[in-house]
Amino acid sequence: MVRLTIDGKEVQARQGEKVLWAALDNGIYIPHLCAIRGAEEPHAGCRLCFVEIEGRDGLVTACTEPAVGGMVVHTSTERVKRIVATVFELLLASHPVDCAHCLRSGGCELQRLARFLGIKLKSRRFRQLVREFPIDDSHPAILLDPNKCILCHRCIWTCRQRGIGALGYINRGFERRIGTFGDMPLAEVGCEGCEACAQVCPVGALAAKR
Amino acid sequence: MTAKASADIARAFHKLRVQARKEWQALKDSPKPQIFVGTATCGRAAGALEVRDTFRKLLAEGDIDAILTEVGCMGYCYAEPLVVIAKPGRPPIGYGYVTPGVAERLVKDFLLADDPCLEFALGAMEENELIPSILDQPRFKYETRVLLHHCGSIDPENLNHYIANGGYEALTKALGLSPQQIVEEISRSGLRGRGGAGFPTGRKWQICLAAPETPKYVIGNADEGDPGAFMDRAILESTPHSVLEGMAIAGYVIGAERGYLYVRAEYPLAVARAETAIRQAREAGLLGENILGSGFSFDIEVFCGSGAFVCGEETALISSMEGRPGMPHHRPPFPATRGLWSKPTLINNVKTLALVPHILRRSAQWHASLGTPASPGTAVFALAGKVVNTGLVEVPMGTTLRQLIFEVGGGIAKGKRFKAVQIGGPSGGCLPEGCLDLPIDFDRLSQSGAMMGSGGMVVLDEDDCMVEVARYFLDFTQRESCGKCTPCRLGTKQMLAILEDITRGRGTLADLALLKELAEVVRAASLCGLGKTAPNPVLTTLRYFEDEYIAHVTEGRCPALMCHDLIAYYILPERCERSCDACVGSCAVEAISPNRKRIKVIDQAKCVKCGTCLQSCPPQYSAVVRVSPPSLVPAER
Repeated sequence: MVRLTIDGKEVQARQGEKVLWAALDNGIYIPHLCAIRGAEEPHAGCRLCFVEIEGRDGLVTACTEPAVGGMVVHTSTERVKRIVATVFELLLASHPVDCAHCLRSGGCELQRLARFLGIKLKSRRFRQLVREFPIDDSHPAILLDPNKCILCHRCIWTCRQRGIGALGYINRGFERRIGTFGDMPLAEVGCEGCEACAQVCPVGALAAKR
Repeated sequence: MTAKASADIARAFHKLRVQARKEWQALKDSPKPQIFVGTATCGRAAGALEVRDTFRKLLAEGDIDAILTEVGCMGYCYAEPLVVIAKPGRPPIGYGYVTPGVAERLVKDFLLADDPCLEFALGAMEENELIPSILDQPRFKYETRVLLHHCGSIDPENLNHYIANGGYEALTKALGLSPQQIVEEISRSGLRGRGGAGFPTGRKWQICLAAPETPKYVIGNADEGDPGAFMDRAILESTPHSVLEGMAIAGYVIGAERGYLYVRAEYPLAVARAETAIRQAREAGLLGENILGSGFSFDIEVFCGSGAFVCGEETALISSMEGRPGMPHHRPPFPATRGLWSKPTLINNVKTLALVPHILRRSAQWHASLGTPASPGTAVFALAGKVVNTGLVEVPMGTTLRQLIFEVGGGIAKGKRFKAVQIGGPSGGCLPEGCLDLPIDFDRLSQSGAMMGSGGMVVLDEDDCMVEVARYFLDFTQRESCGKCTPCRLGTKQMLAILEDITRGRGTLADLALLKELAEVVRAASLCGLGKTAPNPVLTTLRYFEDEYIAHVTEGRCPALMCHDLIAYYILPERCERSCDACVGSCAVEAISPNRKRIKVIDQAKCVKCGTCLQSCPPQYSAVVRVSPPSLVPAER
């Protein structure tokens, strides 16, 4: 075990444990969307878990940074807040904020994060650049709306973890989305309807129809 | 290694070299005339294959005894197709812009008669008393060709040509040294990675050598994706063995038995020539099992990348080789300790690898003496854009941008004014005239906001709008972003939307501030090098050409008269000739008609701004002009 300080609080963590988990285990919340405990390597894609570490120049992502004895971590300096707010607003600006009609509303992690960060869901700072991919309604149990997806990778990881692997990525850049092999309907790619993806989806991109 | 084993290796190589030198000397001493045609991709694009076939046909038809050799890129891409003819008794002469017709003249007048057709010549390829030499051109005063030394002078598909010119000597030497000795030699040479970031090569090799896990791998990175950059391609097409030799040495040093050459599939000729070279090296015992009897085995396989720009990033490249999507992941772990199949992997740019044999053969000191103390050696640039002599150039580090553009490159084409130079591709930056005296090296370029990058250098003149240039490069990186991390996927898209608005006259001053803020967040928060550097063209143009941005947003004016929505075409009544109707006929949308005085007038509502009228207006009138903002066009009286 190593001892480190996060936001002035001395905490203990296993040697090599990532700072993110060390903080969460000790009741210190750091925003994150893509981190999966137990994944072999961190996805490090959402870029929300930035922290400042004394003695280090730039900001680092807490999900990739191993805890080291004596480390002093700050999770909400002005620099951290500014970058995290901007990255989060970028997600919102490309997310159809239509909570009234969303199956996930109430349990949505974007709503929770917005509250935590003190940011309005309908951000006005950036241009609204929403995507217009077709919605996959083919499966009896699962609804796939790639337009709501924030590409956190959790569904893909979970689906593969269960040995199914029905989900993957399609396209590059802004057109990047979750989808199926050959872009076939979800009902035709061996999805068993276990709903594990819907359970881990932070937003309403994958939702259980029941 | 025992002295005997060492001597055995040297003996095995000596046999190969004797044979190679014999063949090379026979070619040099041949009493027959020799024709060299540059048939790398740059030559082929300009028609080098037709020229080669014309020579072949005429030599066969006329039963002319001459030797036709295909060589790689000679570096004068502006004058392709290039041919060098060496006729006994004369210095070799280089010809540019050769067409099948010119080839025919060269055969009839030069080979059969004795007129060297100097009207087509660029110059003699060596100093002599008779014909001006191209070596007298200013570029040769600055150029130091190390990597490009053999490019265009040897047949890339002939192993003996490479060996006769010093090839594989370094590998032979390396097999007699310990890996640690070689790493020290590379470290002493000061070699820094030529892929762009400039990481010390010796240190990377040391880390990989020290990594305990096995097996280890070597990867040669030739996934060159920058628009306008073609150094890696030219090297693989012109002297592929130099890359293979560097990889074999790297393999010996870190203790790898397998190497992969990652070449993009859009480079079919580079792939073909690399594969030919690998086969030849295997047959000669320079690759494969028990190289030169040393007990060291190493083989190389070509891996074709599918053309994703992000796969030039090492972790994304490795992902794509493992059959996964080409997405980068967080470093550390660095590939040197945990790379391909989670094993220690040495991944270097092919230029870095091709420099290694030169360093071992000549000495670390020789390399360290070139260039500047912090960035020793030479830099290869693909000079493109509005410069007179486009092509591949190799200059010592520390050469200034001014020397490179105005001396080596011959200045700006068509008598225009220099405006900026875009260095390092889409990840690089645009430097203005005030930076021209900046010596080129890794650190100075980074400080100025640009970066060495892979070596693309696009020269821009007064007709280029810097906002549009920034938009163009960002459009590229935005499309090529893998989409894994939020700032790169969405931040660059937002930035692009702002830039598009600015070039269309819809931007505001608040947008400029937002653009800058976004650029800084994308740079700080992105996962890999692509995202971290994507804002560079925007940040440098904002830094050095802010007035252009402001003109766009406050006046709706594009100072370079380039942005389509912010310009209008106008016919100056005092210059328009009554009897001339050239523009009227050329206009595809019938927007131009004569008024009562037979002065031509453009109907702005119909005009699609194609610019054909400007082209068709005879130069003695030059009555058509572009104006910005469009409101400058006076109302028709």
